[in-house]
Amino acid sequence: MQKERIVGKPVFRKEGVAKVCGAARYIDDFSMPEMIFGATVRSAVPRGRIVNIEFGPGIPWDEFTVVTAKDIPGKNYIALINQDWPCLADGFVNHPQEPILLLAHPDRHLLPLAVAALRIEYEELPSVHSIEESESQQTIVWGEDNIFKSYVMEKGDVDEAFAQPDIVIVEGEYSTGAQEHLYIENNGAIAAYSESDGVTLWGSLQCPFYAHKSLLGVTGLPEDKVRVIQVETGGAFGGKEDYPSMIAAHAVLLAMKSGRPVKIIYDRMEDMAATTKRHPSRARHRTAVTKNGKLLAADIDFCLDGGAYSTLSSTVLSRGTIHSGGPYYWPNIRVRSKAFATNTPPHGAFRGFGAPQSLFATERHMDRVAKAVGLTPEEFRRRNLLRTGETTCTGQAICQQINLEGWMERALDHAGYYEKKARYDRENTDSLRRKGIGLAVFLHGAGFTGSGERYLNSLVGMDATTEGRVRVLVSSTEFGQGTNTILCQVAAETLGIDYEAVEMAPADTSVVPNSGPTVASRTTMVVGGLVHSAALGLKQTLIASGLLSEPYTTAAFQNAAKSYIAKHGALCSMSRYEAPPNVYWDDQKYSGEAYAAYSWAAYVAEVTVELTTYSVTVDDFVALQEVGRVLNPVLARGQIEGGVAQGIGYALYEKVVWDRGLMVNNQMTNYIMPTSQDLPPIRVFFEEIPFEYGAYGAKGIGELPMDGPAPAILNAIAHATGEDFNAIPLVPEDIAERLATRAPIAKEMAAA
Amino acid sequence: MSTRKFSFRVNGVERFLELPPMARLLDVLRHELGLTGTKEGCGEGECGSCSVLMNGELVNSCLVPIAQAAGASILTIEGVGEQTRLHPVQKAFLECGGAQCGICTPGMILATVHLLNKHPRPTQEEIHEGLNGNLCRCTGYMRIFEAVEKAACAIESGAME
Amino acid sequence: MRSYPADYELITPGSLDAVLCLLSDEPSQWTPIAGGTEIMVLFGAGKLATRKLVSISPLPELREIVESEDLISIGSGCSFTQIRRHAAVKKHFPLLAQCASLTGSIANQNRGTIGGNLANASPAADSSPALFAYAAELELISTRGTRRVPYEQFHLGYKKIALAADELIRAVHMPKRFGESFCYARKVGTRNAQAISKICVAATGSLRHGRVEEIRIGMGSVAPAPLRLIGTERVLLGAALNDATIAEARKALLNEAVPIDDIRSTASYRQLIAGNLLEELLREFAAWGDRK
Repeated sequence: MQKERIVGKPVFRKEGVAKVCGAARYIDDFSMPEMIFGATVRSAVPRGRIVNIEFGPGIPWDEFTVVTAKDIPGKNYIALINQDWPCLADGFVNHPQEPILLLAHPDRHLLPLAVAALRIEYEELPSVHSIEESESQQTIVWGEDNIFKSYVMEKGDVDEAFAQPDIVIVEGEYSTGAQEHLYIENNGAIAAYSESDGVTLWGSLQCPFYAHKSLLGVTGLPEDKVRVIQVETGGAFGGKEDYPSMIAAHAVLLAMKSGRPVKIIYDRMEDMAATTKRHPSRARHRTAVTKNGKLLAADIDFCLDGGAYSTLSSTVLSRGTIHSGGPYYWPNIRVRSKAFATNTPPHGAFRGFGAPQSLFATERHMDRVAKAVGLTPEEFRRRNLLRTGETTCTGQAICQQINLEGWMERALDHAGYYEKKARYDRENTDSLRRKGIGLAVFLHGAGFTGSGERYLNSLVGMDATTEGRVRVLVSSTEFGQGTNTILCQVAAETLGIDYEAVEMAPADTSVVPNSGPTVASRTTMVVGGLVHSAALGLKQTLIASGLLSEPYTTAAFQNAAKSYIAKHGALCSMSRYEAPPNVYWDDQKYSGEAYAAYSWAAYVAEVTVELTTYSVTVDDFVALQEVGRVLNPVLARGQIEGGVAQGIGYALYEKVVWDRGLMVNNQMTNYIMPTSQDLPPIRVFFEEIPFEYGAYGAKGIGELPMDGPAPAILNAIAHATGEDFNAIPLVPEDIAERLATRAPIAKEMAAA
Repeated sequence: MSTRKFSFRVNGVERFLELPPMARLLDVLRHELGLTGTKEGCGEGECGSCSVLMNGELVNSCLVPIAQAAGASILTIEGVGEQTRLHPVQKAFLECGGAQCGICTPGMILATVHLLNKHPRPTQEEIHEGLNGNLCRCTGYMRIFEAVEKAACAIESGAME
Repeated sequence: MRSYPADYELITPGSLDAVLCLLSDEPSQWTPIAGGTEIMVLFGAGKLATRKLVSISPLPELREIVESEDLISIGSGCSFTQIRRHAAVKKHFPLLAQCASLTGSIANQNRGTIGGNLANASPAADSSPALFAYAAELELISTRGTRRVPYEQFHLGYKKIALAADELIRAVHMPKRFGESFCYARKVGTRNAQAISKICVAATGSLRHGRVEEIRIGMGSVAPAPLRLIGTERVLLGAALNDATIAEARKALLNEAVPIDDIRSTASYRQLIAGNLLEELLREFAAWGDRK
């Protein structure tokens, strides 16, 4: 491997100076002449027919722009995968908070009063509020059977395996709750419309071209009359992958009707109640294992609650299904999975995208299987972790040189696992503070599943301006994870110029090509790879032109670029995605190469369970992962630490309280994420086995850290307490309910 | 009802405004004065992204009616440093990766400035407590703690760009 | 932001007298606002019932902490930051300093006041348990004069307090006689900072010949108002701190602590933890006695 100058170095965040100065401008920091403000009137019931809409007293309604479904010039749906997600409810609502009509007015403060003054009458219809209710099909709320999507993924012969003699069978049911993204910046958009220019939409979003596509449908305008521009985005985590298409459409409709630019900014209560969350899940595992602890077969039933419309449930389900196998070798495995409709705001993309749900179940279950055959969690895993050359649960051969056992051992070592485990076992018996240590080993596929990347057909460009500034042309966006920095590092490294000499072109659909959505841990690996090849093309163009010869300085490069442009008009190099060789995926059989690359990880959590209050503190956390190549150590570390923090929240704090499909704890005071006083030291370690088809060897890391914390923590709690908890979020109330009859303190209470 | 005249100092500059007394300091900073560095994340005093210093004390500006800021001296992120002349705290955040999406960053930097004013050599516990009203969803706080420690050292050794 | 600012009036009279005259002349018309950490949250959510507010935040008389030979008097307008930092408060009333330091966040402590906390009368109020433990007295003031109310008599029910329509809380007075006492305080919240308590408790006590001579236990979030556990204390007075007494005390607690299910927690959890914290405090009390 060559010695790199920029890649692998902790260069500063590209937009970092602006951010630390408060000069970075997010959507609510923008204003335009003549701009007015928009707001959304939403359903108060989970399902029903809209009977009457009354504009209440005390509001100057004649000053308002009002938009209903009737005003939609194009089609009344937000295009994602299917066409079932209404932009505005038209006569019927299928979830609380469903948008019904839109209001706009110049006085921002008047809008909430106006929204509150609208009286809507409904004829309520029966509604469904859990996977079980939906599954029973007693009330059908979507399609013929409430099922958005189902898969069967099979390898080997599961039924035969279960029929073998002398095996141990372990069953378990695991569930995960909804999780709110809680990006600190709420959703927002500004739209402007004119007959001549069409629609321009500025937004806090991950995927400009997703919003672009949805707006084409809603407005009926041609492609070149819709322009989407991403502005600085204050956190996303998947919550701004799908939802922004909705708020964008709303802002656009108001702009078209009013003839003025319209800004819509959600406040926290609205954002939490009305927008997407992580899909709740239920997984039922039935596992056959030999008495020696070798996995023989799994029969898994995996279900998601998708909310009222299908949105991205089919793809979340897909990833969750495929990750059900975890990092293990399964001779036989069957996963039957379904995504169900319920009457709650549609659930959507959230970092991990189905894998945190299914991996929670699998990794919790593996500890229980280990116990059933009398093995420690680590020894059991040693006997079953995938090795190079073995096939995954989709029959994909692992071609990379992996060393899961070695990485697990290293993580255990960093955590002081063996010594602590023995010590806690000794010290726990008499203590009111029970300590535990737990492990999770897992994987995360980088890039789109199966043929997804081919389908995306990403296009990336590099160009130079007349001043000689080199630009990266991608629709991949920055929202904290480091897109700007990483892609500029890759470009600068490849071009052989200074990092400071490369900049990102604005994420503006009229300027940049479609490099695919900024999701699925694909930006560094896939888009970075395309930036690399586009940069090579740019360099080769200049050298071939005779204007540049190696070795050259940054200044020489810039001069050559200027000269080239002066001579030829433009300097640009494009690169189109090509799938790595031997990546074949069968969508019908659900088998083959599910992902071009996997990142691998072993996480260890140390907890204290305090029996006086049944609260759990995570005291230490080790996160070790193999990621191909770390392109920026500070950014990579930050991604893992942040993901682990979110995972800790997912496991122990972040409970959505529902009332018939409505989130009722929709404020930051009662939806609990960890503060600076709630987290352990998070100790991050990287292993690198460069991936040939990723930029400079990199694979994906954005979502990986979301998968491990919850099962590691619950495994640690099982060690500390001797009790299996199999549902998250696990709050002290749940622990108290189970343990109270067992703890010494309570024995006295019972005796009293 | 009525508006009234208020004056107060923001980043060292005296400002005179006529406003409803219950206008939130946050909205006054952002909309009347165009100082959009201070952010609204929750409107309920939980996330701290609206933090400013008022008479040297860290406060959530979403919870301060402008009438109660009359005569006060306010420091916002715009007054901490400039792009060409970063405050040691800003420099440390940049070097340590303390900002990811950046939306909590202005508030977090004000909280750090406030902390280091009170505790120039803060312990780990004091750092955790000093930032306990500033939520960060991206970083898990680790890079931020490191930035605070680095800034503390830099300020102690008298560094200023 | 769901309120329309121009619909609200907020006036700042120049003196305490002027405020009291206003409250007397126009009873129940004006809501005092101190640090605003409760009122402004309601305002932001569009749920503030009152349209007329009078700011007591700048009044210097309410922002003093005065130490005399027997007492410490904390002005109702003192912030939690002021309280937790004050040397005499830390020395003589460490539980109150501790409760103040666990209230909200640093920024909330800079603005939130003890008077506001008490007047808001949430059953989860962070300072309340310590005030029971320290035998606090509230001084209430109006144009009619001042009067003192033992803190135990201040809470009349859920969000109902013994404060007349024309009265303000002027100060909290606490006697400096707990220097040699056992003390204990604990707050259980949803997280370590920025948490409304699921349960909070504070206690002081003394022993004589190994038996409980005095005990004062305040608890929050287990009843419609913060309360002093008189019934539980009665079981403990004069008793030795052994397993049997502790079990008796836990039983008595079940009659006094009658928590509810709410958005933060459950009644059964609160009741269980209340008992566990009571037991923890009593065992620590016993250990403290042994060490003396």
